[in-house]
Amino acid sequence: MTASTGPTGRARIEARTLRTDRWWLSPLLTAAGLTAFVVYGLVRTFANAHYWVPQYNYLAPFYSPCLSEVCVEGSAHFGRWFPDLGWLITPPLFVLPFVLGFRFTCYYYRKAYYRSFWLSPPACAVAEPHSKYTGERRFPLVMQNLHRYFFYAAIPVASVLTYDAVIAFKGADGGVGIGLGTLIMLVNVALIWAYTLSCHSCRHIVGGKLTHFSRHPVRYRLWTLVSKLNGKHMQLAWASLISVGLTDLYVALVASGVLTDLRLFN
Amino acid sequence: MSEIERHAYDVVVIGAGGAGLRAAIEAREQGKRVAIVCKSLFGKAHTVMAEGGIAAAMGNVNSRDNWQVHFRDTMRGGKFLNNWRMAELHAREAPDRVWELETYGALFDRTKDGRISQRNFGGHEYPRLAHVGDRTGLELIRSLQQQIVSLQQQDFRDSGDYEARIRVFAECTVTELLKDDGAIAGAFGYWRETGRFVLFEAPAVVLATGGVGKSFKVTSNSWEYTGDGHALALRAGASLINMEFIQFHPTGMVWPPSVKGILVTESVRGDGGVLRNSEGRRFMFDYIPEVFKDKYADNEAEADRWYTDPDSNRRPPELLPRDEVARAINSEVKAGRGTPHGGVFLDVSTRLPAEEIRRRLPSMHHQFKELADVDITAEPMEVGPTCHYVMGGVEVEPDTAQSRVPGLFAAGEVAGGMHGSNRLGGNSLSDLLVFGRRAGLGAASYVDGLSARPAISQSDVDSAAQWAQAPFNAAEGGEVENPYTVHTELQQSMNDLVGIIRKGGEIEQALENLEQLKIRARNAAVEGHRQFNPGWHLAIDLRNMILVSECVARAALLRTESRGGHTRDDYPGMDPLWRKQVLRCEADGDGIAVTSLPQPEMRSDLLDLFEREELQKYYTDSELAGHGELP
Amino acid sequence: MSYKANFRIWRGDDEGGELADFVVEVNEGEVVLDIIHRLQATQAPDLAVRWNCKAGKCGSCSAEINGRPRLLCMTRMSTFTEDETITVTPLRTFPVIRDLVTDVSYNYVKAREVPSFKPPEGLKPGEYRMQQVDVERSQEFRKCIECFLCQNTCHVVRDHDENKESFSGPRFLMRISELEMHPLDTEDRVETAQADHGLGFCNITKCCTDVCPEHIQITDNALIPLKERVADRRYDPMQHLFRRIRKQ
Repeated sequence: MTASTGPTGRARIEARTLRTDRWWLSPLLTAAGLTAFVVYGLVRTFANAHYWVPQYNYLAPFYSPCLSEVCVEGSAHFGRWFPDLGWLITPPLFVLPFVLGFRFTCYYYRKAYYRSFWLSPPACAVAEPHSKYTGERRFPLVMQNLHRYFFYAAIPVASVLTYDAVIAFKGADGGVGIGLGTLIMLVNVALIWAYTLSCHSCRHIVGGKLTHFSRHPVRYRLWTLVSKLNGKHMQLAWASLISVGLTDLYVALVASGVLTDLRLFN
Repeated sequence: MSEIERHAYDVVVIGAGGAGLRAAIEAREQGKRVAIVCKSLFGKAHTVMAEGGIAAAMGNVNSRDNWQVHFRDTMRGGKFLNNWRMAELHAREAPDRVWELETYGALFDRTKDGRISQRNFGGHEYPRLAHVGDRTGLELIRSLQQQIVSLQQQDFRDSGDYEARIRVFAECTVTELLKDDGAIAGAFGYWRETGRFVLFEAPAVVLATGGVGKSFKVTSNSWEYTGDGHALALRAGASLINMEFIQFHPTGMVWPPSVKGILVTESVRGDGGVLRNSEGRRFMFDYIPEVFKDKYADNEAEADRWYTDPDSNRRPPELLPRDEVARAINSEVKAGRGTPHGGVFLDVSTRLPAEEIRRRLPSMHHQFKELADVDITAEPMEVGPTCHYVMGGVEVEPDTAQSRVPGLFAAGEVAGGMHGSNRLGGNSLSDLLVFGRRAGLGAASYVDGLSARPAISQSDVDSAAQWAQAPFNAAEGGEVENPYTVHTELQQSMNDLVGIIRKGGEIEQALENLEQLKIRARNAAVEGHRQFNPGWHLAIDLRNMILVSECVARAALLRTESRGGHTRDDYPGMDPLWRKQVLRCEADGDGIAVTSLPQPEMRSDLLDLFEREELQKYYTDSELAGHGELP
Repeated sequence: MSYKANFRIWRGDDEGGELADFVVEVNEGEVVLDIIHRLQATQAPDLAVRWNCKAGKCGSCSAEINGRPRLLCMTRMSTFTEDETITVTPLRTFPVIRDLVTDVSYNYVKAREVPSFKPPEGLKPGEYRMQQVDVERSQEFRKCIECFLCQNTCHVVRDHDENKESFSGPRFLMRISELEMHPLDTEDRVETAQADHGLGFCNITKCCTDVCPEHIQITDNALIPLKERVADRRYDPMQHLFRRIRKQ
């Protein structure tokens, strides 16, 4: 038991919590969701296959941008920066640190995993199991303060995904075309942008740091817009996480021939 | 008698609402050591409940406003029974007091050019109320609280002790004022938490204890409003005036029963809300009294135009002074045109877009949503009169706020005179600041003028302690009463018999009841020990409530006219002869004696601010002889 | 419309205590505080509870109802089923005085340590000019009624009493934010927020926002922006460089 008894003078109530609702449900679902994503991500990262559909220019988001010598023909739109470093170092590993870093240091995801994995606290007014707590004051958690740099890095990544979505408007005959994959990639990139721009660091940078909005009308407008998005940061975090996974899965299924892309036009 | 905790201060302020805190700040800035003693936690005082705003003629929204106009409105609202000097000081100084709050960090809503925005309110000719949404009282109390912290930080830098010159004694009740040779020597009280007694040795005491609403059943006041300051002053030998005038706010919640009485801010009407009876009629047009006919619209079209063009239209009758609106609602309900829960409809949902309602009246929206499950952006509220404010209080010298007991000062609701027979909305918060400051200043200069500190006699301390402990021994005297039951009966009696509409016979009945309750309160026994014992707290407060209720009833019986917050069914008219008289209550044995005093005459330059035509409604012809002939 | 409800109320003091069972009448439209008052008037005259305005405006009647930090006066009985047992306990984070009353002095100590508002020198009263858009952010935080539910629910001190020394809690970190966003304030509290008030303890798990009866977005609008300002100052080398260049 933590500090509910003893010299602190608190009311001696032994129960860890007196909550009668299913407070454990939310952290459980969060943990399940995040674990599923990580497992899927690991499998995909090390599979190192089925990420490019040359016929329609579909590139799986886990492999975008593909910057390695080992990237399959046609998938490296931005050059091959890295040599072949063996089967263990797959192309996603060059980009993932930035993408995952952005999510890992995100103010919403921090709440999510502090609560569901570290149980600190598992839910409001439910005692945490740790005897000491120092928060984000020391290494490594003090590094969470670098979130803004990951935000900066997330912008080129989102831009690359936008490029991917644009070139995915490619038909079977090489001209313009639209398939289900194109639409999925389009929705995905929209959600990625919404999530990226709704970031708390972004909100701070565009205007939040100002004390006098009235002297910066343009930045105030931007701040107002970002604030609106920011109110939905949690929803966008999940929506974009799921959409990245599903987009990747769809491209993988098409690339491996399990599915045939549903063509809407050409 | 065990050892009693003792503290010595220059000034003891009782009450930590707007007036108390402002007094404490002033006394401290004058170099005095100050104790603030309050029944609740610091920052919880009833001032937080004030919603609408602070009236101050800054002229930010309409530049034609100035202190003279504010003075006129205040006198009119009080039906010329106000102490003119207090009304003058108030109108002149209110803007400075509001601006001062900004230096403490207050953030009022702004006009386009960056100044403090001001809103319309009942009885005020121009938009005059500085406000923050509908939580102005909270802003005021927080700003003062934070200024006190700021001063404590200064003291810490100077002396290493935050509490070197201001200390807050929270959750501490004062039960007795102690004197030495007729002048204040200190205060005796107990810690609510432990029940231990505490003695303050101080040559000056500022009463800032607020009002008496807890003597009434339906009230917007919190449990703290038990008339402590009124009773302390009486027992210390000071006098109260105007106690017959109780303001019933026209719009309190009427449903659900447990929140009956909780306030619905006047800003709802100031921002366009209208009152309707169960037949859907905007009934206020039927209740415009003769004296206000030329200032209020007599048809809906003109009233509605006023919101956008106040210069060429008369104002809607929903914005009549509070006493008029409260009586009108009372009549409608009595005539059978009330709502299912016994009120009338106050509707803003058809008058403003939902978004605008949420922006301008956020805490009303929140309050109805959470407590009554009513969405005020979509449906009307049900409202009815609720006991809100006592105009009467300690008789003080206007400039210094000193009572007739040397060293005893009073400010805010506990002081009398400023508002006459009826207070205008928004004038309360400004009253707190103006007279809170003056009381602090008065107390400081009184202390400076003393040649020696007064001494407290041990026998006075012993008897104060005995008196405070009495409820624990009451059970020995035979018949035992439950203080909660006695309190409930007091509230019912005052509500029914000395409430919004009064009759001579009923008031006499109330006085008989009070005699009974007085005896029963003496037998009110409490169980358990002194540590945080609410039964004991109530038993002590009960004695104050009964004493003050007697003042209200006795004065109400004597005043045979209707004026402002005193309506006699058997004397429905306003009588100019009564304008000249003020009723003064004094302690007399264990009861109250009431005498009549002449009202001080207004300085002629102030009287000249009014048209003779208007004065004729309040003054006798002989009084006006020689004053501004008719053109 | 009335029924009998089962209540369990913690009674005791710092020496010990227990949950006492009561069966009490409940009428339509009542809140938990009404029931506590009925108990005082009928069954337990010395039951200690702190309350004041009974309208959700003063923040006195904070307690925990079925384990959740709430205002007693703003918790309607209609949110419970008639056969539900309702457990009312004192705030867990602060020392208990008696029954439902706790010693909240921690909060007043912390309040006193936040550097006060400091207006520009030479600006006289009445000369203050501020734009509505510039005061709105701080105004949101000034809605705070100081019920201390956020302080109570924050696990940093709720689960770790030893952190009280170096952590001021969401209410007072929000106060720092409020002053930092005040358009006329001239004091700089960014450094002290992290160094003396323990902003770094906050792991933004948002329980403060969840319990706020005024629905202030404490985490998103006060704490995170303050963390970002601290990051500007302390943890962002580019900002650091930028500031140095600007100075020269």
